[in-house]
Amino acid sequence: MSDIKISCRNMWKVFGANPHAFMNRHNGAPTDEDFKAEGYIGAVRDVSFDVHEGEILMIMGLSGSGKSTVIRCLTRLNDPTSGTMTYEGRDLLAANEEELIDLRRHNMGMVFQNFGLLPHRNVLENVAFPLEMQGMENSKRIARAKEMVDLVGLGGRETYFPGELSGGQQQRVGIARSLAVEPDIWFLDEPFSALDPLIRAEMQDEFIRLQKLLNKTIVFITHDFEEATKLADRIGIMKDGKMVQMDTAEQLVLNPADDYVAKFAKNAPHERIISVGAVMKPAKGKLATSTVPKSAKIGDVAAQVLDSDLPCAVVDDAGKKVGMISRKMISEVLFGERA
Amino acid sequence: MTDQAGGSTSTNFLPDSLKGHEAKVAYVAIITLGVLLSFVWSGATRWPQEWVLPLEGWITDGINWLKREAHIFGVQVKDITRAIGATLKLPIKWAEYLLFRGMKPLGLGPLPWVAVTAGVALLGHWIGGIRLAMLCLLSFLYLSFFHLWKDSMQTMAVVLVAVPLAALIGLGLGIWVTRSKRAAKIISPIFDLMQATPHMAYLAPVAAFFAAGPVTALIATVVFAMPPMARCTILGLQTVPSDILESGKMSGCTQRQLLWKVALPSAKRTLMLGLNQVVMQTLAMVVIASIAGQPGLGHKLLYSLQQLRIGLAIEQGIAITLLAIVLDRLTQGFAYREVDHFAATKSFLQRNWHWIAFIAILIVSYVAAEYFREVKILARKQTFSFAREMNDGIREFNKIAYPFLNPFKEWMTTYVLLNIRDFFLWLPWPVFVGTVALAAWRLGKAPVLWLCLALMASFIVTGFWVETMQTTYLVLISGIFCVLIGVPIGIWCSRSERVANITMSVCDTLQTFPSFIYLIPAIMLFNVSIFSNVIAIIPYATVPAIRYTYLGLKGISPVTIEAAKMNGATPSQSLWKVELPIAVPEIMLGINQTIMMALAMTAITALIGSTDLGQEVVRAISTQNYGRGILCGFFIAALGIIADRLIQAWASERKKQLGFNE
Ligand SMILES: Nc1ncnc2c1ncn2[C@@H]1O[C@H](COP(=O)(O)OP(=O)(O)OP(=O)(O)O)[C@@H](O)[C@H]1O
Ligand SMILES: [Mg+2]
Repeated sequence: MSDIKISCRNMWKVFGANPHAFMNRHNGAPTDEDFKAEGYIGAVRDVSFDVHEGEILMIMGLSGSGKSTVIRCLTRLNDPTSGTMTYEGRDLLAANEEELIDLRRHNMGMVFQNFGLLPHRNVLENVAFPLEMQGMENSKRIARAKEMVDLVGLGGRETYFPGELSGGQQQRVGIARSLAVEPDIWFLDEPFSALDPLIRAEMQDEFIRLQKLLNKTIVFITHDFEEATKLADRIGIMKDGKMVQMDTAEQLVLNPADDYVAKFAKNAPHERIISVGAVMKPAKGKLATSTVPKSAKIGDVAAQVLDSDLPCAVVDDAGKKVGMISRKMISEVLFGERA
Repeated sequence: MTDQAGGSTSTNFLPDSLKGHEAKVAYVAIITLGVLLSFVWSGATRWPQEWVLPLEGWITDGINWLKREAHIFGVQVKDITRAIGATLKLPIKWAEYLLFRGMKPLGLGPLPWVAVTAGVALLGHWIGGIRLAMLCLLSFLYLSFFHLWKDSMQTMAVVLVAVPLAALIGLGLGIWVTRSKRAAKIISPIFDLMQATPHMAYLAPVAAFFAAGPVTALIATVVFAMPPMARCTILGLQTVPSDILESGKMSGCTQRQLLWKVALPSAKRTLMLGLNQVVMQTLAMVVIASIAGQPGLGHKLLYSLQQLRIGLAIEQGIAITLLAIVLDRLTQGFAYREVDHFAATKSFLQRNWHWIAFIAILIVSYVAAEYFREVKILARKQTFSFAREMNDGIREFNKIAYPFLNPFKEWMTTYVLLNIRDFFLWLPWPVFVGTVALAAWRLGKAPVLWLCLALMASFIVTGFWVETMQTTYLVLISGIFCVLIGVPIGIWCSRSERVANITMSVCDTLQTFPSFIYLIPAIMLFNVSIFSNVIAIIPYATVPAIRYTYLGLKGISPVTIEAAKMNGATPSQSLWKVELPIAVPEIMLGINQTIMMALAMTAITALIGSTDLGQEVVRAISTQNYGRGILCGFFIAALGIIADRLIQAWASERKKQLGFNE
């Protein structure tokens, strides 16, 4: 397993008049009833997880489930009420103002749902802003910003102001800005939610292209399970401040921890999430001559299996036969119990 | 009924609330008792002379003691004020050198009028293109060619120093309030009070400590013009979207960078709005400061008005108005300036020609001024004045109009104004205090009640009851006229887009005029009289009544109006039964402002003669009767605060009843 980039353990974030006293009163683990009774909000409750180097971790959940707050704790825009956080093994909560600023200037990048662009600066100046904060000299940072602007496909609009750009273009600026400092870890809080569906799809492709190029560690918040499956290595699902389940999309679909997760997974395009290996059965009886790879997604092999009269053999990477898959198994995934 | 209802647990000696009819009974009882009291005790009409608290004398003595003998940490107060005065004098002196006195220390003359005019026109072009350039050019040409250059520059010198000072102080206070809860707690209520305080009230205390002239004008102006900037700063900083602030933090901003590079620039529009208000308030105040010895346009205008030289007054008034409009358009234009995307592709000359042209004109005009005096400043015989012709015209006009205007004026004066005045002067103070106190308590409970009682007590026990009532009745009458005129116009605007557009632009223009200007037409038509005081107040103070009525009616959700329509309401039923009741709290806020402005203007009409508090302030300043000036200034402010608190409390109560969130 690769290195752990950032991690949190038993993280709580409570909003209210005196969160620490409230936590202490309830031995550090208040229940739903405690929250309700005293009017406190448990935005994040006892959340623990790791983000690995180079992985894309998606966080999902209904509105108000605490997704943004988790990210805001990891970036220390909010300080968690209790719990521990580490960044590359260092205690993130022990970082003082100065270290934090340094961390944000060099290691963290963030994209905001509503872009968060500075209205008084043009595209280039917005992108160069974090570099300016680093104290990079003017000509160098302009050159770097220009590079970023080109990278996100906004070349030629350097002198435009945010107010003169479309939503999609503004978010490209946001992305360019967050990437300008070459962060090690990249936070995106619903970066595409404010965009209309066509532009959203376009931006998702853009994101995939950039990620292929840059290979960052990413924590990404979304409302959209489809978006999550399209982009994520792992998905964490939050409910009422708790991390209900964190796993691959396939596991969420096949083994949801509870109804809430199942409901999220229900509308996902199963054929693009579930792999052959997950539904195959031990090989027996007569098999067709064509084989399908174990790691392939159902959607990719559906036509082939449905076309063949006999079940197909499933082979692993080494070409060894490990099972079989039939038309029935395919159609169960495609049309099966997801009413 | 709950079991608690029987015995009220309130420790207050007052009942918790009164029902409508109980309140009526209470009002009638108070009035009757007060009137009866006045029959048996003459002190209820006039506060007995021997009971008058000699606060006036104490204040005068106190200030004299402060000025002559007091020490703070071993330093004489006298020296401190002198040092402040000298420090402030310095920038003003330089502004005056630059604009009209000539820079003797440098051996240079003042900026030639040609250069200033060209500079302002170029600035106008840079900010707002050719139209604004023309406005600036023509306005400044007017100043020169009507021989008002030197006076205008004298006024501008104080404006030039006061604006940056007021803007910076306001900005600083605003920032401080947004950063510190304690500062917010201390400063916000002070700003609230300052907003209800008319110009005049600021002059007396400053004039007590500083010599008459530009320094007094500067200090009073800065104090008066600063709150809008602070308010806009607070508003601007508080409304910066959190996304922007957080993106700044994530870019690695320190706290200071976050403020200066992210928050303040993002709030630029609101800040510029604040600056615009500072400029307008500054000009208005500098003009009024003529009563505290500030020379310049205001002083000249005051003099002309007092001498009834109307033609001259009109020319001077136009100059003030033009300056106000130019400053307003320049600062507004600056806030909304379009940016040029392709500036980088243009040559140095193209980008900077405004500067280059200005410097060229400056040098040429300086050199030319050495040889031709008229480049520096036009001599009187090179300028125009139509004052005499205007005087003749006005005389002719008045001759024709007299038969119509005079009976109107006479009738209004004898039957309306004087009757109401006599009523207020007759009114025993217990009646007034009692009714106001009851209203205050019903609307705002204890805090408003105690505030109002304390303020009212202050002008009774110090023996200024009569002067206060003089002001009160004028404000009240003018306020009523303003409402009677303004609310219907506001309603009309809400019915017709076209009317609204025209009216709103007229209102905008009226609001840019410094209040002083409104005295001119009043005197022109009705001479010096109570009636012309009312006439001067009306155009100035009607604007908010119009605006808030219009906005209140416009702001009603269309669904509500459609629902009324579907219930079969005719347009007039919809207006009277649905829209107006909903808009009433908003309209009341407009009326509140109308009354504040009427109060401010009433004090100013003292300059053309009246016997109210404003007159007392004017006279006290010129006779250096500090105690009287400060007290009367304070009473004007007190009247404003009482009216403001009562109306605000009423409006917010009503809003709550209507279920609006504030
Ligand atoms: N500064 C705050 N003060 C008080 N409560 C807050 C604050 N920030 C967030 N909350 C509360 O914490 C809970 C979680 O909020 P959060 O913004 O993390 O939700 P979210 O999952 O990001 O929702 P969305 O999808 O709408 O962005 C919500 O109930 C919210 O009201
Ligand atoms: Mg969120």
